[in-house]
Amino acid sequence: MADLHTVNKSPFEKNSLEAAIRFSLAGSCILLIEDAVYGALRGTRVEEMVKAAMADKKVYALQSDLLARAIKDDRLIEGVGVVDYAGFVDLVETNDKVQAWL
Amino acid sequence: MPTSKKFMYLNRRAPYGTIYAWESLEVVLIGAAFDQEVSLMFADDGVYQLVKGSDPSEAEMKNFLATYRTLGDYGVRHMFVHQASLEARGLTQADLIEVAWEDLDTEQEVDNIVEVVDTDQAACLIAESEVVFSF
Repeated sequence: MADLHTVNKSPFEKNSLEAAIRFSLAGSCILLIEDAVYGALRGTRVEEMVKAAMADKKVYALQSDLLARAIKDDRLIEGVGVVDYAGFVDLVETNDKVQAWL
Repeated sequence: MPTSKKFMYLNRRAPYGTIYAWESLEVVLIGAAFDQEVSLMFADDGVYQLVKGSDPSEAEMKNFLATYRTLGDYGVRHMFVHQASLEARGLTQADLIEVAWEDLDTEQEVDNIVEVVDTDQAACLIAESEVVFSF
């Protein structure tokens, strides 16, 4: 049993990412979309929180939103998966349900 | 004779995820027609608006980075960027676009009007502006 948690707000403006991490179970998938993709960057003040979450959760970021924000793969926290729209659909399909954190 | 006022546009939101950045840019371009003294301030997530290399085509949005580069031609004299906001996001000025400015009457030129300022400077710049538009 695992859920897909989507987050679409910047971690510097709202605590949606922090809430998604705090309220999700081990084994969950967390998909960063829209302004939430800034949470996948290395060298920010939320990096440690994301890394800690990755100990027992899988974190993904949506490719089109990374491209829009000039975030290249080499600037991502190691271990963050990059998915395109088809990959998003796969995540929806393989998890029990989708929980959006706004 | 209308008097010129010091206008500041204060940008604190990331581009693309919401409409704030685009709306701010629209208002700056409109305001340029009124011949005011215009500065822009980028703080918090607003610093992301100036990061080089964005390509929102796959997200099916307009790339407005090119528009920022023309702001010098629209009479924008200063684009200030808050240093601590950059640092919190692992960014430096090298990650940001450059915007040139030229006074067509005097031919005075500035290569890059994007300037990083600390918190005290930012507070002073905001305080000394007569009109502040917040986005």
